[in-house]
Order: sequence, then C-alpha cells, then structure tokens
Amino acid sequence: MTDLFKEFKKGLWKDNAVFVMLLGMCPVLAVTNSATNGLAMGLATSFVLLSSAIFVSTLRHIIPHQVRIASYIVIIATFVTIADYFLAAMLPPISKALGPYVPLIVVNCLILGRAEAFSSKHGIATSISDALGMGTGFTGALIILGGIREILGNGSLFEVKLLGDWFEPWIVMLLPGGAFITLGLLIGFINYFTKKPVALGVSLGEDIGYREKGQFVTANEAYGQHQEKSSPVVTEKTE
Amino acid sequence: MNSSVLKMLVVLTTIGLVSGGSLAGVYKKSFPLIEKHRLEALKKAIFDVLPEAKSYKELEKDGLKAYQGLDDKNNPVGIAFEAEGNGFQAKIVMMVGIDNQFKKLKGMKVLYQIETPGLGNKIEFDDFRNQFKGLSVKPQIGYVKNKKPDKPNEIQAITAATISSVAVVKILNKEIKKMSGTYKLQG
Repeated sequence: MTDLFKEFKKGLWKDNAVFVMLLGMCPVLAVTNSATNGLAMGLATSFVLLSSAIFVSTLRHIIPHQVRIASYIVIIATFVTIADYFLAAMLPPISKALGPYVPLIVVNCLILGRAEAFSSKHGIATSISDALGMGTGFTGALIILGGIREILGNGSLFEVKLLGDWFEPWIVMLLPGGAFITLGLLIGFINYFTKKPVALGVSLGEDIGYREKGQFVTANEAYGQHQEKSSPVVTEKTE
Repeated sequence: MNSSVLKMLVVLTTIGLVSGGSLAGVYKKSFPLIEKHRLEALKKAIFDVLPEAKSYKELEKDGLKAYQGLDDKNNPVGIAFEAEGNGFQAKIVMMVGIDNQFKKLKGMKVLYQIETPGLGNKIEFDDFRNQFKGLSVKPQIGYVKNKKPDKPNEIQAITAATISSVAVVKILNKEIKKMSGTYKLQG
C-alpha cells in the first residue's frame, strides 16, 4: 500500500509532468488562458492517462515488442476520441474552448511516455496509482498556470470576477507569450527553491571527472590539485 | 510466415477491431446529442439576429443556404444567413439578420472568431454588435474611427482593433451583396 502511495505521490511534485519533466507542453501552453480550460484539459488528459495505463499494463505480456508503440497509439487514440465525443455531447462550451487540443492529446508525450516507461513494465495497481498521480499533478499544474494567467489577463478566476474595474488586464497574459512567461517564471521559482545552488568550479559533483592511470579522478579532486599547483590563484577581473 | 510476425498481425488487428467497434458505439450514442447542440446553437443565433422571428425555415437556392425568419402568423420577418471571411488571425464566422428588402440589418452575431483577446475579440461584445441593429446597408456599410458615426450606414470601428472591425464590415458587404442577388425578391 505504501508503495502504491509512493507511485501516486511522485507525480504530484517530485516528478511533476509539467514543472519537472516538461512533458506535454503543447496543451500546457495552448489552453491555459483560463483556469476552467486548464481544469477541463487536465481532467481529459487524466482520463486518457488512466484508461490507457490500465489497458497497456493489462496487455503488456500480450503485445509483441515490435508493435508496442503502434498498439499504444491505437489504445490512446481510442480513449482520446471517446473523451472528445463526451465533451462535445455533454459540455459543448468547454469542447468549443479547447478546440483542436482535445484530439491532440493523442500525441501528448506525457501519455505515450508513461505508457512506454511505466505501464508497460508494471502491474495494473502500480500503473493506476502512477497514472492517477501523474494526472493529478498535470491537472494541478494546468490550473495553477491557467489561474495565474486568468487573474492577470482577465481579473477573474474560474470566471468569477476577482479584481475591480481599477484593474487594467494584462492582455499579453492571455496571448501565447503569456503562457511562456508564466511557465518560465514558475519553473525558475521552483528550481530556485528546490535545487541546491551550485558554485561553479568548487563543487562540480562526484559524478563528473576523468580517468587517469586507471583511477577515476572526480572534478572536485582535480580542482583541489589544480589549486595546490597554481597558487596563488589569479582571478580574472572584469570591469 | 513465422509465428512472431503472425502474433504481431493478430494482436494489432484485434486491438484495431476492438477500438473501432467501441468508437462506433460511442459515436452512435453521442452523435444525436452533438447534433442537438448544433441545431440549438443555430436556432439561438437566428432568433438573436432576427428578434421578431418565432420560427424559421431553411432555404436553399443556387447553392446558398439561408434561413427565413417567420413571426407567429407565419409572415416573413427577414432573412438570416451565415457570413464568413478572413479576420485578423483566422476566419470570422457570423450570423447576419437582414430585412426582406435587404435594406437594413436586423442584427449580427459572431459564431466563431479567434481575434486577439481584449482587442479584436470585442467584435463579439454587445457594444460593437448593437451598432449593426437597424444599420442601413445602402449603398454599403462604412466605418469611422475615433468618433461617433453620423451617417445611417456607418459604424464606429473598435479602437486598437481596426483590422478586426473592418474585416467584419468587409465580410458583411461582400456576403450581403452575394445573398441579395439570390434572396432579395423573395417574401
């Protein structure tokens, strides 16, 4: 049970599809001009992700290796078409707002990526929790992005007016440029707070280095030797 | 034929058949609903641009489709038709309502546009739309910028969205001319 929860949790933050893995950028950038559109796109994608994860994981021993990608695409396309018909039949305004981006879920690399990298190698329960986690993380990211763009670009959130008439909407936030600006800043902030700052030249890590006389010399060691040999250190001055 | 090729064929064909079969089922269920939404949207648009109309009938002549609006005594109150042409970003599609003599517009409603949000998409809003109610189309629709129009056939273009506003005017002039040749004498 804890393993299943772990698979679910990683999609929410650590391996978030949008902010960390940068998968499925086409719908992320294209439809997040309002929080409602982000939510609808996120749910549609999650539905396809979950359904295809179940089928791919069930059929993983039956599908021959050579035709697996073709099989995944057919399975994914089937559920995308179902989602598309469902939205058009039940929620016409949302279907109209999302336009061609619902059929385009077929080529969303998040779904094919999870099918190939995870569902095709794991059991049904594990695949379901992975798909649920990834879907929730993706939906959450789309809502955050859509929410920020809607507030700044339209003064509203989920079509409820938040800011008064004094607010002059930033139209650029609703245009494609706003998507790039918001996503770039968000990823920058997340990296700033989650990744340890690396001082260049001092700590290149233990993984980087070279092989000398059959011995692996890490970059840190190499830098230390270099400092000993060439002291006093001459630092370049820039005007 | 060796067995692995056969297995590939069988598996992929089966997946394809199951997928096609289930999609046919979903399509059969959802198509009537999708069609219903389309007709409802069409009806709403026609009644929006022909406010006196209580019902309508479809007309088709010389390959041009139009809708004859009828009041509660079945008298024709005007013609509604779809007009489309190029806008600033992509096609603009409108429903246009005009009187039987093709002299004055009764209304205009934008059905599809992806003009710039906050600028060009104001062609959808009532401030712009209402200018077309009762607008004379003789000799043709004109536009002015940054001031109130003083002729009965003029509208005021949206500030900072002249291209979109003028696109609407141009599409209307072109389509009204085309439709009047076919439908003017009717009713």
